[in-house]
Amino acid sequence: METFIDALQFIGDNPSLFLDKTGAHLLLSGASVAVALAIAVPLGVWLGHIHRGSFIAINASNIGRALPSLAIISIGLGILGIGFVNVLVAMVVLAIPPVLTNAYVAVDGVDQDAVEAARGMGMTPAQVLLRVELPLALPLMFAGIRTAVVYVVATAALASIAGGESLGDIILNQPTYRLPGVIAGAMAVAALAFAAEAVFALVQRAITPRGLKEEKAGRLIGPAMEGV
Amino acid sequence: MSGPELSAQGPVIPKFQEGSECIRENGQFCWGWFQSNFDTVFAPRIVEHMELTGIAVGLGLVIAFAAALFAYRYGWFDTPFTIFSGFLYTIPSLALFQLLVPITGLSWTSAEIALVSYTLLILFRNILTGLREVPGDVKEAARGMGLTARQMLLRVELPLAMPAIMAGIRIATVTTISLTTVAAFIGAGGLGQPIFNALQGGFKTQFVASGVLAVLLALVAYGLLVLLQRVLTPWASARVRVA
Repeated sequence: METFIDALQFIGDNPSLFLDKTGAHLLLSGASVAVALAIAVPLGVWLGHIHRGSFIAINASNIGRALPSLAIISIGLGILGIGFVNVLVAMVVLAIPPVLTNAYVAVDGVDQDAVEAARGMGMTPAQVLLRVELPLALPLMFAGIRTAVVYVVATAALASIAGGESLGDIILNQPTYRLPGVIAGAMAVAALAFAAEAVFALVQRAITPRGLKEEKAGRLIGPAMEGV
Repeated sequence: MSGPELSAQGPVIPKFQEGSECIRENGQFCWGWFQSNFDTVFAPRIVEHMELTGIAVGLGLVIAFAAALFAYRYGWFDTPFTIFSGFLYTIPSLALFQLLVPITGLSWTSAEIALVSYTLLILFRNILTGLREVPGDVKEAARGMGLTARQMLLRVELPLAMPAIMAGIRIATVTTISLTTVAAFIGAGGLGQPIFNALQGGFKTQFVASGVLAVLLALVAYGLLVLLQRVLTPWASARVRVA
């Protein structure tokens, strides 16, 4: 127990170190998620909209889950070397699968009656996508984004072995920061992951259309895709 | 090149003068080095990796199974256990391994405790969901045929829940294989060990080889468990559960 008190003390003694590393951690996580979203959301939504490519879209998350994060970072380290961009590539690889799969499943699974009705009202395909499919797909799509965010925030600590500045720099550097520092770093990463999870759970609730709220969105905890 | 503080962890940094051109230039992948060092550097780590994973999933299965059966009988238990295991699941692995060090030391025990705690949420949810999705009609019929509660569980409910349970085991296994690479950081062995060792010298071949082997291990385990699921549940089509 004493170790944990020492760890809290360490944070109190080194506020600027923790602020810097937390900032870098969030920057790395945010950039990785942003790139992953830019790639996976349009692709998943498009595949879902045309109801094609289910095999790839659904298996992406199965395969993605099977990829050990440290192994991907290690391969990246061997092939691309040390640096922010290279870490980013590894993190994007890890963040894409849950986003892609959920975007596909969400849009593909939109109630076809609603789509028919919208078409019957004279909406163009673009309008159907933007006004009907996307709003209805949003909660499930967001569950995938949330999974990716929590995963990336947790993994960003590992990325520091490949030169991605993050809270991992503290955890992985016991010679400099001693055990209290290492424990403090670990506590900070855990706290960050919980905060990310909580914030995104709230956002997910906020963006869920009223009609859908009752049904399912609230029950998606942790690895959102297991039970569904 | 001398490396006085290197322990007997195997040839972490190759002897640059004696090595091939590839090793001297630190090329991206030196096949020759990989071949001649596979038996000493990687093979024992693969075995350790499988042991760590197998034990973690096995223990996790025992705990999650008991908890899921209990929650299946007494519904109130579902929420607290889900919150508890969800809490464990959210703690980043590198952090959890470190947080256990002051309690259980730099040891195999710390690694296994962390690995087991990550399997709980996945296994518990899938077992419980599988049991709950057994159709009521089937249970009625079984009861009508005079099956006792125990017979019903063993002959009706568990077999019907098998696809969901197997999906849970599969996900838990690949997740654990991934987390086991991180466990090397607290000295638990496994394929993460050569990765962390390579950090001292920056030997690229070792990074790539360890990473690729870990990915292969995960994919092979995944494939084998898919096959096992087909064998165990021949009646279930592959698309019943996409998990």
